[in-house]
Amino acid sequence: MTQDTKSPTAQLDRADTRVRHDEGITGEIRAFIDRVRSGDLGMLPVIVGLLLISTVFSTLNPVFLAPNNLVNLLFDAAAVGFISLGVVCVLLLGEIDLSIGSMSGLASAVIGVLWVNTGLPLPLAIAGALLAGALTGFVYGSLRNRFEMPSFVATLAGLLALLGMQLYILGPTGSINLPFTSGLVRFGQIMIIPAWLSYALALVPGAIIIFGGLKTIQQRSAANLSSGGMTVVLVKAAILTAALLFIVFYLEQGRGVPWMFGVFVLFVVILDYALTRTQWGRSMFAVGGNAEAARRAGINVRRIRLSAFVLCSTFAALGGVFSAARLASASQQAGTGDVNLNAIAAAVIGGTSLFGGRGSAWSALLGVLVIMAISNGLTLLNLSSSLRYMITGAVLAIAVIVDSLARRSRASHGRA
Amino acid sequence: MNRASQSRDNGELILRLRGISKQFGAVTALEDIQLDVHAGEVVALVGDNGAGKSTLVKTLAGVHQPTAGAIEYLGKPVTLDTPGKALEMGIATVFQDLSLCENLDVVANLFLGHELNPWRLDEVQMEVRAWTLLQELAARIPSVREPIASLSGGQRQTVAIARSLLLDPQIIMLDEPTAALGVAQTAEVLNLIERVRERGHGVILISHNMEDVRAVADRIVVLRLGRNNGVFTPENTHEELVAAITGATENSVSRRSARKLETQGE
Ligand SMILES: Nc1ncnc2c1ncn2[C@@H]1O[C@H](COP(=O)(O)OP(=O)(O)OP(=O)(O)O)[C@@H](O)[C@H]1O
Ligand SMILES: [Mg+2]
Repeated sequence: MTQDTKSPTAQLDRADTRVRHDEGITGEIRAFIDRVRSGDLGMLPVIVGLLLISTVFSTLNPVFLAPNNLVNLLFDAAAVGFISLGVVCVLLLGEIDLSIGSMSGLASAVIGVLWVNTGLPLPLAIAGALLAGALTGFVYGSLRNRFEMPSFVATLAGLLALLGMQLYILGPTGSINLPFTSGLVRFGQIMIIPAWLSYALALVPGAIIIFGGLKTIQQRSAANLSSGGMTVVLVKAAILTAALLFIVFYLEQGRGVPWMFGVFVLFVVILDYALTRTQWGRSMFAVGGNAEAARRAGINVRRIRLSAFVLCSTFAALGGVFSAARLASASQQAGTGDVNLNAIAAAVIGGTSLFGGRGSAWSALLGVLVIMAISNGLTLLNLSSSLRYMITGAVLAIAVIVDSLARRSRASHGRA
Repeated sequence: MNRASQSRDNGELILRLRGISKQFGAVTALEDIQLDVHAGEVVALVGDNGAGKSTLVKTLAGVHQPTAGAIEYLGKPVTLDTPGKALEMGIATVFQDLSLCENLDVVANLFLGHELNPWRLDEVQMEVRAWTLLQELAARIPSVREPIASLSGGQRQTVAIARSLLLDPQIIMLDEPTAALGVAQTAEVLNLIERVRERGHGVILISHNMEDVRAVADRIVVLRLGRNNGVFTPENTHEELVAAITGATENSVSRRSARKLETQGE
């Protein structure tokens, strides 16, 4: 059992001499290029996409990059972003939910009826809307688990059923206005994080990277494992902090960073933690990658599926509540049109695979920015919604093609 | 895991199958199977392709439910209705098709379903444990942070074997564990089987390699067409075993060796 290539001081993970171990910044960059070449594109397409979109639209209409236009864009992005977060959860399992638009519409109708018409306190009304979401997800999950009903079909049926329910509870008037002075509507339209707080928050991720990196390095070297040096960590933290500070600074030239967007980012961070650092998240990826293997490893696959569907519909409901806040109304139109497609497209464009087992919470954030930038830019160009739909559809198709090609390339490079 | 401490007397009956049958629609994969496994014993399960060996193992792993029959584990009747339950009770399995998640890395696969610190995964400890387990098996794995998809067949098999050891099970079932392994790695797996036996655990080994089977097995149980077809020991001759496996003294193996003798004689 002696390891012939191993010296007594060798680190546990550095025994194999065939592997090139990339150290430091250049190593990091080289590893990144290797990953992209093999089809592990990660966030690259979406960042390239964002730069491309900004250049095109700002040359066509300089207003696009005006700080206040971007602030508006962030308001819009947050509402759809919540829905998209849920989509990430179901896509990770290789499932789909086509009824998120209807679910968000139903949730906004529930808010309107319970809060405005019935006069229930707002928190209760919101709880009611979220509960409706959770129940819907529970039904989808159970249909999938008990009857092996493809989620595609179950949620397509749900799309119609939920829309029907939305129309039913809205009644003949069809539209309920939410009071403009209320906290909810102000949250959805005008509430802005104070400048000092925005700047302070922009420093947090860098600090977390540095402290987390330090701790990991300590733990790893204590356990006799290799640890990429501190320089990489510092450079990453510096770049990220600089970028965030610039973004905040730029937005502060206009109204500033919307609270709603801040809350959305907070949820992205929480979901990202849950997906990457907890047993539940590991199980999500396992079930998405190979459900039978996950089952044989002792994972309760049904419970994982159920949790994903419940999360998805609940996030859709939350998105619906915030959309209602954004529009200050609950109407028959809420959640119809391109909401469904936008939310799914955002997750896929952000790099969450339709085939399951790959993705991240951040894809909802980045993807929704792309989608909303396109929609916002086209609106600024006074293009009709017919053209907007066509272009958004084309962008989704491109994203799916990139996903499929990358998957093929990963398969041939042994990266699954 | 605390099971490590409760080491058992050698010879104590751990697992007892009585009249296990399994039907897949019209196909009877297993019929009235009897099997005993004692502590500190290696039981080899042999039989031709399609004899039902993997089906039997999957039944014990909680993957399939038997159509009929009773399973006794540590003296108590049990139903193994989910793989999770079998694992919890201390029955670990290396499946013939390995059952790994290709999109996850080696560490994640090893600890799948049994991660350290569920609310804040302890990646460092898991990685250390992964390396020590893999070194015990003389594994040649370049990095435990690469997805399984990038490993060779033998490397994957080693990962699957390492995973079965992780929870320090009472019984470990290996379905053709050395089919894709190199010479050194096969030897390590055989060593490992002997170490597991010394610790007083039971081993069920499925293999088509009679040399390996004879090297480590205490008893050799033959399945044929889904039924028990005799229990042998390594002292039995090769011909007796082959006859039991193929179901006839006059079989393709004996004919072949007879032909060989003839041509040599000429
Ligand atoms: N899931 C299943 N559905 C239907 N039939 C099955 C299933 N699994 C196994 N069988 C059948 O059961 C029989 C026994 O299969 P099994 O996989 O147990 O054979 P085996 O002894 O492991 O063979 P091998 O040496 O080739 O691995 C075969 O006839 C097979 O077709
Ligand atoms: Mg088999």
